[in-house]
Amino acid sequence: MKSMKQYAFAVAALALILGMQSCKPKSAGSAVSGDAAAKVYVAPGKYDEFYNFVSGGFSGQMSVYGIPSGRLLKVVPIFSVNPENGYGYSEETKPMLNTSHGFIPWDDQHHLDLSQTDGNIDGRWIFANANNTPRVARVDLSTFHTAEIIELPNSGGNHSSPFITENTEYVVAGTRFSVPPDDKNGDVPINTYKQNFKGTISFISVGKEDGKMDIAFQLQCPGVNFDLSHAGKGKSHGWFFFSCYNTEQANTLLEVNASKRDKDFIMAVNWKKAEEYLKAGKGKKQAVKYAHNVYNEKTHTATSEIRTEVTVLDTKELKDICYFIPCPKSPHGCDVDPTGEYIVGSGKLAALIPVFSFDKIQKAIADKAYEGDYDGIPVIKYEAALYGEVKKPGLGPLHTEFDGKGNAITSFFVSSEIVKWNIKDLKVLDRAPTYYSVGHLCIPGGDTKTPNAKYVIAYNKITKDRYLPTGPELAQSAQLYDISGDKMQLILDFPTIGEPHYAQAVAASVIRDRSVKFFKIEDNANAFVSKGEGTTKVIRTGNKVDVYMTAIRSHLTPDNIEGIRMGDDVYFHVTNIEQDWDVPHGFAIKGATTGELLIMPGETATLKWTPDRVGIFPFYCTDFCSALHQEMSGYARVSPAGSTVPLTFSTGTNQPKADSTAAGTK
Amino acid sequence: MKKLIVLSLAVALIASCGQNKSTDNSIADAGSKAATTDAATTDANPSYDPHRGEGKFTKVELAATLDAAKADGGKKVYDVKCGACHKLTDEKLVGPGWSGVTSRHAPEWIMNFITNTDAMINKDPKAQAQLEICLVRMPNQNLTDDDARNLLEFMRKNDGVK
Repeated sequence: MKSMKQYAFAVAALALILGMQSCKPKSAGSAVSGDAAAKVYVAPGKYDEFYNFVSGGFSGQMSVYGIPSGRLLKVVPIFSVNPENGYGYSEETKPMLNTSHGFIPWDDQHHLDLSQTDGNIDGRWIFANANNTPRVARVDLSTFHTAEIIELPNSGGNHSSPFITENTEYVVAGTRFSVPPDDKNGDVPINTYKQNFKGTISFISVGKEDGKMDIAFQLQCPGVNFDLSHAGKGKSHGWFFFSCYNTEQANTLLEVNASKRDKDFIMAVNWKKAEEYLKAGKGKKQAVKYAHNVYNEKTHTATSEIRTEVTVLDTKELKDICYFIPCPKSPHGCDVDPTGEYIVGSGKLAALIPVFSFDKIQKAIADKAYEGDYDGIPVIKYEAALYGEVKKPGLGPLHTEFDGKGNAITSFFVSSEIVKWNIKDLKVLDRAPTYYSVGHLCIPGGDTKTPNAKYVIAYNKITKDRYLPTGPELAQSAQLYDISGDKMQLILDFPTIGEPHYAQAVAASVIRDRSVKFFKIEDNANAFVSKGEGTTKVIRTGNKVDVYMTAIRSHLTPDNIEGIRMGDDVYFHVTNIEQDWDVPHGFAIKGATTGELLIMPGETATLKWTPDRVGIFPFYCTDFCSALHQEMSGYARVSPAGSTVPLTFSTGTNQPKADSTAAGTK
Repeated sequence: MKKLIVLSLAVALIASCGQNKSTDNSIADAGSKAATTDAATTDANPSYDPHRGEGKFTKVELAATLDAAKADGGKKVYDVKCGACHKLTDEKLVGPGWSGVTSRHAPEWIMNFITNTDAMINKDPKAQAQLEICLVRMPNQNLTDDDARNLLEFMRKNDGVK
């Protein structure tokens, strides 16, 4: 990735030296005008106007920023373990990261999509993809917890995901790296890609009320690289559009071998048609293996189930589901305007932007205006689907967002700029430099029917000199532009975690008032909850010791535990019995190889500890909770295996014996 | 000396805690509530009734005899949400023991304090005096109105009402 970046930067630099008109960023000083500070200033104690949900790339997590201040509000762990709050370390959350390959502590999180109702953001959930071990996650925006993760069989590199349909009927996933289907012998020569490798698009249904995900069906498609996607909306609801590259079907040195053809494809998918075939029983059940993990907010516990079957529709046999539309030069972004009529494909090696018309695509299909087929899928004639091309917009178009006023803003990686253009007349209206090599863009609601186009945020791939140096590795840089006027105005830089790819933003009011402040202790159904100190206890079952513990400002109960022996596995089930907002307690014990816990009010979390030596082990609250936080601690005593020290536990009563000598008075 | 440091640290924390709380309160209406709190600390709110405290309870009717069902309900709430810090004797644990609490405070004051904790700690002289002793702000345990009434009855039972 780094070398690819360096290469790309070198290309950009070269382009600059050659003095191309479109690649001439002004200096940072002249690009920022006088009122920028006032536009991004959010006074202490005041709230930002927008939430910005930003993918974490190779961090595996999602970050949440306030806009326009660019302040980091939270990092939500999704696909990577997070020792900071115990995600992936506590017994309750470990199952979230289970897969058919076993527990995986990391993934590469690229894209996010907020749930929608009637094409507008409804603020209920946000979906996230895992690129490496293909998965899709759903994050609940009332708790900002990862609520569900589903793995995808028959897939490699889940990139064109997790984009949703306008009523969140489906969230999709596609293979960036085609592979042999899971039920076939995969032990084949790599250079038999053309014969043996298939691309798969998954349609994951989303429960209307509870959001529960289920793979409704998979479309088996030719082996190519599916890159990005967006659903139709309004008139094009019922269709989904995917960009694909490597239609050369190369299996080595893709940089050269997958860039040979003048045009690759946008694949249009008629998913309503696919539903009909599914209903008619045309799907084939296929034996596969994938994990489905669900977090329950009542038990505060995740469960993981391995599923073994998926229904596959073969798009070569079942006509009228998929159509290919030629698109210049390895298309990357595939974005649909607010009306649902225009589909913008961005050939990342092209110097133009093709805009396709949904109406023309429908007519081309009706007229069978095909130039042939590709592996059994009809290929629509380019001109028959094309509305028009934006000429000389810049170099290396990647992604497009919409302002809802008839304009689009496209990012240009190679020429390091964002360009605003009019969809109807395809004329360039404005351009602004980015620092440097912009990837994705985000306008609040910019991929919905009703964008809230006050700002556009550019997520840049290269940072270089934008911040104080921090050694070889730098934070990635995002840039905020005011787009309320005719001219786009750069008003803020802010650093991000990991590498930001696609992001979403929405007016704070859509999310803010739904936020849970604490969990009701009455509703806590964890198997090891302690509802009040009177129910705390320590139970030995063979070599397993369960400690039922409570935390409240400022003590843990029990805080003296004796009778633990070498060879025991000790489970600290800690219930935070506070019932107020922003009073988490932490729990850590010396030598625990499992990290720590951060327990929200009313929640129960469990840390497993396997003592490795005899002695006294302090434990304590890790989250400064009150004036007596430093006192919030206790001791566990570990005796040798076979010891006769009785199992005892207490708080406040294990006083020194009357005849013991006070310290320091000998 | 060490104690002095601990004490001054604690006082500093309480001060900062108070500010945090007014920020918490500003959720619905950033700013205006904080202003109310400031006004209260400068004693510019003569309408504050230290007998009744501040909150939704203006008049609590008590029977001469105990309502045993309510007291039982209150015991259940006590076990989950209160017992970690309050003993039923006069011994202080984290907070004061409950013995005699119903003769120290009016029933309205008690019910307001346990349901509107932060506002009361910020302005009630008796609550503030107690905080200087305990140094831990009592958490708002988010009791329902019924929970609060039941707890009051349980306190009465603890104080010998038959």
